[in-house]
Amino acid sequence: MQPNRIDKGGRIDRSQPLRFRFNGRTYEGFAGDTLASALLANGVLLVGRSFKLHRPRGIVGAGAEEPNAIMQIGTGAEALPNRRATQVSLHDGLVARSTRGWPGLRFDVGAVNNLFSRVFAAGFYYKTFMYPQALWKYYERFIRRSAGFGKAPRKPDPDRYDHRNAHCDVLVAGAGPAGLMAALAAAKSGARVIIADDQPEFGGSLLASSQTIDNKAADEWLDDIVTELAQLDGVTMLNRSVVFGYHDHNFLTIAENRENHVRQRLWRVRARQVILAQGAFERPLVFCNNDRPGVMLASAVSTYINRYAVCPGKRAVVFTNNDSAYQAAIDLHGAGATVSAVVDSRMQGAGELAKAVEQAGIPVFHGHVVTDVTGQKRVSGVRIAKWNGDADSLVENTISIDCDLLAMSGGWNPAVHLHSQSGGKNVWDEELHCFVPGDAVQAEISVGAGIGQWSLSDCLRSGLEAGNEAAMRCDFATAEMVAPLANDAATQALQPLWRVPAAKDPDRCPKQFIDFQNDTSVTDIRLAVREGYRNVEHVKRYTALGFGTDQGKLGNINGMAVLAESLGEQIPAVGTTTFRPPYTPVSFGVCAGESIGDLYDPVRKTAIHEWHQSAGAAFENVGQWHRPWYFPRRGEDLHAAVARECLATRQSVGMLDASTLGKIDVQGKDAVEFLERIYTHNVGKMKNGRCAYGIMLGEDGMVMDDGVMARIGDNRFYLTTTTGGAANVMSWLESWLQTEWPELDVYLTSLTDHYSTIAVAGPNSRRLLQKVGCSIDLANEHFPFMTMQTAELAGVAVQLFRVSFSGELAFEVNVNSNYAQHMWQTLMDAGQEFDITPYGTETMHVLRAEKGFIIVGQDTDGSVTPVDLRMNWLLSRDKDFLGKRSLSRPDCLRDDRKQLVGLLPEDNKTVLPEGTQLIENPSATAPVPMCGHVSSSYMSACLGHPIALALVAGGHSRKDETIYASLADGSAIPVRIVSAVFYDQKNERQND
Amino acid sequence: MLLIKCPWCGERAETEFSCGGEAGITRPANPDSLTDAEWADYLFMRKNPRGAHAELWNHSLGCRRWFGVERDTVTYRIAKTCKLSPGKTD
Repeated sequence: MQPNRIDKGGRIDRSQPLRFRFNGRTYEGFAGDTLASALLANGVLLVGRSFKLHRPRGIVGAGAEEPNAIMQIGTGAEALPNRRATQVSLHDGLVARSTRGWPGLRFDVGAVNNLFSRVFAAGFYYKTFMYPQALWKYYERFIRRSAGFGKAPRKPDPDRYDHRNAHCDVLVAGAGPAGLMAALAAAKSGARVIIADDQPEFGGSLLASSQTIDNKAADEWLDDIVTELAQLDGVTMLNRSVVFGYHDHNFLTIAENRENHVRQRLWRVRARQVILAQGAFERPLVFCNNDRPGVMLASAVSTYINRYAVCPGKRAVVFTNNDSAYQAAIDLHGAGATVSAVVDSRMQGAGELAKAVEQAGIPVFHGHVVTDVTGQKRVSGVRIAKWNGDADSLVENTISIDCDLLAMSGGWNPAVHLHSQSGGKNVWDEELHCFVPGDAVQAEISVGAGIGQWSLSDCLRSGLEAGNEAAMRCDFATAEMVAPLANDAATQALQPLWRVPAAKDPDRCPKQFIDFQNDTSVTDIRLAVREGYRNVEHVKRYTALGFGTDQGKLGNINGMAVLAESLGEQIPAVGTTTFRPPYTPVSFGVCAGESIGDLYDPVRKTAIHEWHQSAGAAFENVGQWHRPWYFPRRGEDLHAAVARECLATRQSVGMLDASTLGKIDVQGKDAVEFLERIYTHNVGKMKNGRCAYGIMLGEDGMVMDDGVMARIGDNRFYLTTTTGGAANVMSWLESWLQTEWPELDVYLTSLTDHYSTIAVAGPNSRRLLQKVGCSIDLANEHFPFMTMQTAELAGVAVQLFRVSFSGELAFEVNVNSNYAQHMWQTLMDAGQEFDITPYGTETMHVLRAEKGFIIVGQDTDGSVTPVDLRMNWLLSRDKDFLGKRSLSRPDCLRDDRKQLVGLLPEDNKTVLPEGTQLIENPSATAPVPMCGHVSSSYMSACLGHPIALALVAGGHSRKDETIYASLADGSAIPVRIVSAVFYDQKNERQND
Repeated sequence: MLLIKCPWCGERAETEFSCGGEAGITRPANPDSLTDAEWADYLFMRKNPRGAHAELWNHSLGCRRWFGVERDTVTYRIAKTCKLSPGKTD
């Protein structure tokens, strides 16, 4: 039933068969399989089409490096696009689809691209689709559909993700032989260790190894050390967990795949020491048609045989330039496959493993290369030829060998990604012919195959040494341990082979692929060089080398070698590209964690929120606050409700929850001196109990925040800030106190949440307060405008402020938030007699705009001075204050600065959209110069016509002039410049 | 993510802090006596060194104290952190 499954061996559980679907067909695998191994067991080799040329592609690798087997896993909202089949654990009922190939894998319309592959050379998209630009929108639609990896689900992800912060002494990335030894050594010293590995099982290469360690079979030794680690205190073992980011100051991120209610977890780990033991990736070889399904990495073939009991072919050829691939020949032979030949490009032959191969009767061709592959959707044979070591010597195809599997090895690339992410350089090793980690920049040690140690004994020893070293750096005493010994075979050195000679000129022969995922071939890199590209980063972008989701784990080094050859330089001179997080793709879900939906941002509600809700208020978000926007009655929309609320307030009494105002208590014997420096007005002249409207400027002279401030005592003030500016103003004041004026004796306390503020506004507001019972005389002569007093209102202690943001007779009631809803309800009940009307932020805005009161951040934008706002009267001449000097900078003295004015649309009915641009000449041709913009605009129910505030160049001297508002439909309507105060210009009502 | 040692709270993650830029900018005692150019120098001009940089940081999501940091702008290594000045801020 599984034609390629071997009868015994492997780490799969044959007693647990699992059914799964791939591209609509049902197959069976076993527990312990990956999707890739199960597909191979079923003889499914063709798993995708290539990105650009739509060539058929098969499984190449067995891990994170896999470029071709990119799958859509699952269906509906839970679907995961873009997963590597080699890293997806099989489970019963799994549904997978190839992400590329339309309408189907075996017949792909886009494959015609392959017929014209010479046209689709490097930079094809840049050259063809950029011009004419107007057509890009048509090109893009086509390109997007024919490219890409899978489809993002359209519905929200129903799964849960979370984040976890952790600290440890030693973090070990990778649980192969080196990583396990490092973790054991560190843990035995008493260090807190986290060891993470992307596989379901720890072991790395040991999971597929046929070697022995200390005379034990590798998997027995593995079971023992994993058991020992699990029993040690302070060890966290994370499987299915990839360390994908190495950030500053030894902060690392791990994405853990889980099988319980949390699907993935992001670990944010701060480690004192890091050991990088991520192993190495095998390098492919570059020859004609090296992308045909059935061409695989030799180590992947061994992994499928030894770990998953799957033999991917019946007749195999092995092509190598080093000793390691001989193991694949031995494993294939042992699994019952016929190995027709081992083709070794080295002239001098191989080490001990070669003897075992020859004893098995497998022919070995020294000094030969595979020049071409036959077969389309599956390898049917190879052509091999003798060569002389020169990639440009044309060769005759001398021998054809039939086979259905070609196992290749071009050597190994240490996984230097995390070292590079940590800020370390990678250096070319002339003996090993690969990049290895350079000096550590952070507290980090790289070990094992990750530094080019190819023998198991070396990996075990370097892991042990690194574990001890890391523990000592954390001041732990290390335990006595002896490095285990493995039965490593003696080897012969690798001979670099970056490009195999072809029967034809390399630019005319069948494609020699370097990056399978992006179809980057030798020709593309040579073309880029011919077109003048020199820098590896530029060539990378032009040819898309290493741009796939595999980030060039297989192809990058071969690509750089071909580039170096084309440039006539050495590989180290060409250099390597920079590795950035993530090491392998991570989901958006795990990045977001629980910070989605309602938990995306904290919500702040006032103490009176419940009342507003029960009254049916519509809410708006103001920063994190949810504030009542308006209180609609049955059938009312926003405009109707606001018109009613405005009229009711101006005619009788309205009430606003103003609790979101920032409130700061300032105390200390230098409070006056401090506030003199902060505010523009003369704070010292204020008598106790007086209120003042104050503005704060940045040192650049621009208005930063505004609000009423009150003097409560000789050394005590109460400041209010804008809702949005509350936190910033607090920080701003603190920064001056701490960094510039530490000698001042001043203490700041935020009272924003402690006090709730109820604004009672309208001609009946005094009567209402008197009705509920107020302990002080509210008459004008005893409690005049812009003063404050403490009092008892309806039996509750309050601070009463005679201030007005509506222009009406008004009081702001500051009450302990625990009493706020009680106070609000008491006033509402008592106010029935006056038809009291609760109003929201929209009515507040209309009322203040009718009076020309600004909102900082709406009518100002950080480029507006108090002079631009006609607030010269607030600027003290007698003292210095923050920003004062800037007001005399030449730019602040220009006559044509944008200045605050009122605007009346001459048609008396158009409510100008806020943000509308203002122009001088409606018939001018584009581009039309702008002379200002509308900052606030409302329909005024009290005045019966629309009003607007605007910032207009030189506006203060342009009263009664007509300019034009440019509307979105292209028309322009005339508007008249007027005073910014539309209502009660003599301020009689608020002073009443 | 940087690990920053607040002089009051100890080592904390960078997300608890905000950077206030170059340290040692002193507000002129008498701004009115400065030329526009001198005032602009105080207002706008900041060093942008490659290497060691003296900075002000605020433990904004912690104790809210400002303190000095000597940080390398290339390696991000923090040579030291310190309280600003003796006095009531201690």
